[in-house]
Amino acid sequence: MNDNQLKFVIAGHVDHGKSSLIGRLLYDTGSVSKAKIREVEEICQALGKDFELSFLMDHLTEEREKNITIDTTQTFFKTKERDYVIIDAPGHKEFLKNMITGASLAEAAVLIIDAKEGLKEQTKRHAYMLSLLGVKQLIAVINKMDLVDYSQDRFNELKNELSQHLNKLGLKPNYFIPISARAGDNIAEISKNMDWYKDLTVLKALDSFKNKIKFNNLPLRLPVQMVYNDLLLGQVESGSISQDQEVILMPQNIKAKIMEIKKWQADPETAETGDNIGFKLADQALVERGNVICSVETEAKSRKEFTATIFWMSAKPLKENQEFELKLTTQLTKAKIKKIHKIMDSSDLEILNKKEINETEVAEVKIETEKEIIAENFYFIPELGRFVIIKGEDIAGAGTVSN
Amino acid sequence: MDHLTALENKSIYIIREAFNQYKSLTLLWSIGKDSTTLLWLVRKAFFGDVSFPVMHIDTTYKFPQMYEFRDKYAKEWGLNLMIEKNQSALNRGIGYATHDGFTCCHELKTVALQQAIIKHNLKAILVGIRRDEHGIRAKERYFSPRTIDFKWNAGEQPPELWDQYKSKIGKEVHVRVHPLLHWTEVDIWEYIKRENIPISELYFAKDGQRYRSLGCMPITKPINSKADSLDKIIKEIKESKDDERAGRSQDKESMNTMEKLRALGYM
Repeated sequence: MNDNQLKFVIAGHVDHGKSSLIGRLLYDTGSVSKAKIREVEEICQALGKDFELSFLMDHLTEEREKNITIDTTQTFFKTKERDYVIIDAPGHKEFLKNMITGASLAEAAVLIIDAKEGLKEQTKRHAYMLSLLGVKQLIAVINKMDLVDYSQDRFNELKNELSQHLNKLGLKPNYFIPISARAGDNIAEISKNMDWYKDLTVLKALDSFKNKIKFNNLPLRLPVQMVYNDLLLGQVESGSISQDQEVILMPQNIKAKIMEIKKWQADPETAETGDNIGFKLADQALVERGNVICSVETEAKSRKEFTATIFWMSAKPLKENQEFELKLTTQLTKAKIKKIHKIMDSSDLEILNKKEINETEVAEVKIETEKEIIAENFYFIPELGRFVIIKGEDIAGAGTVSN
Repeated sequence: MDHLTALENKSIYIIREAFNQYKSLTLLWSIGKDSTTLLWLVRKAFFGDVSFPVMHIDTTYKFPQMYEFRDKYAKEWGLNLMIEKNQSALNRGIGYATHDGFTCCHELKTVALQQAIIKHNLKAILVGIRRDEHGIRAKERYFSPRTIDFKWNAGEQPPELWDQYKSKIGKEVHVRVHPLLHWTEVDIWEYIKRENIPISELYFAKDGQRYRSLGCMPITKPINSKADSLDKIIKEIKESKDDERAGRSQDKESMNTMEKLRALGYM
């Protein structure tokens, strides 16, 4: 959405060096304050450790003492090309919901693998989550090359193994880069320790990525967020809108016309994807939150039943016919799983022969909603093809619409 | 869409979502640049109206210029301003002359806020914190639930994705809403410049010094600076290798002070 900022997530198994890589990126781009470095030096001294790059990211006492990342965090740095937001994601299975919270914002990802340990459970699980979240720009880094004597053979071996696995998920990394986050190899500078590697550094590879493309060319979908005085408020999720445009109000399926577009102290004639606007329809007496303004040209998929891939983030499992609330943009409805087609382990993709979906598992399901909602295929209009499942007070799962 | 417009849109979406979801809502206005920008965004979101109360937690130790600024714009913008103090702590003589920063911060800000939440039965509070201010704040959610004893369990936060935030809370819980979480210090200043948002004079250099972050007078130190205009401030911050909150001693009296303060409910 932003012209000059790229958000990327660093994913991978616990201890494969996510926080260290971030520390290195910050350090090598001069993005760390003097005070911060002093603070980390003091903490490391107090804990009796050598200077720990990862402490630049892991801020909770528990994280530093145990040397793990618990919650997702974000930090900022810049290269000559553009500004970056790094999203650090915890590598432990029990913190998967924190990883997903972070990764859901990413436009690109760096998947990190320990050269010695190779592909592990969370490497694969994170890769799968990236594919479900629709992250396509990907760098695979083989870290800790210093621990395998900078061996080209080991690098190639892992590269092949990883390619094969990612292929199953429909992921194809744009780059494979051998690095050592600790020693600084191939992060900001090409390493002298691996003369067999001639491609880009991590920073240059990131610089080559594109910002998330805008969806102005997609059909208009503008869910009503709220009614405020005589205005309807909402965010243009896809497409664009202009004054006097003929539209369809869904799910009522009524023709309508945009009479006015409003911002504070401005009356723009058009609004694009991502704009949060006020607007008026010719007849809006019955319009409420969760209605969706749609283009006339491309018929919106209004329905009470669809298939979806869901991933579960709650300790309480989900079964067929259990009632929950489903939220897709501002649309909210009671819903249930009518049929579980299959449940998979999100790491090795093994099909599990069971009846309930447990935390960290992924399932292909048929969902039935009480109210009619606009739900598009995730690969057609992503913003209208993804939803969350609310059980009790919290988001317990999330999913993408497949059909 | 340019960078600042994209940031603004996301914030407006969150502000409207909070307003729609939680009827008993307030904005915590510290009179600093961030919460003043947040207040501006609320006005933008509702076409100039601020249709819910704005709250100032008054430690009584703010700069005179901040009180003047508060009263001027509360009037000009037609704010329903609530001024809340921890009067019992002040009566007990808690203050910077006799107590350490941690105690003052906790009693005069956090406890004062706790009292105000109960008094007004608040369910949601808009707070202008940003991820880039402090590593602990970087772990926040946009909608962050708190129990009445203010406990924040950083490892057990609700998932948040695809513009879907925590929309339901239990009886004894309130939500901190953070619409500026994704902004950086530079973003804030560039936006202040673009929108021409009024901001306290204390941020601008006078006699070689200015405040980069505003808090209680006894524990807030100015930085050496010649930046007496918005352009110069933006340039200075872009080149700076110091922390924004370096002048705010409550963040760093001892290791992890910020984490301890926040676990107790500090913003």
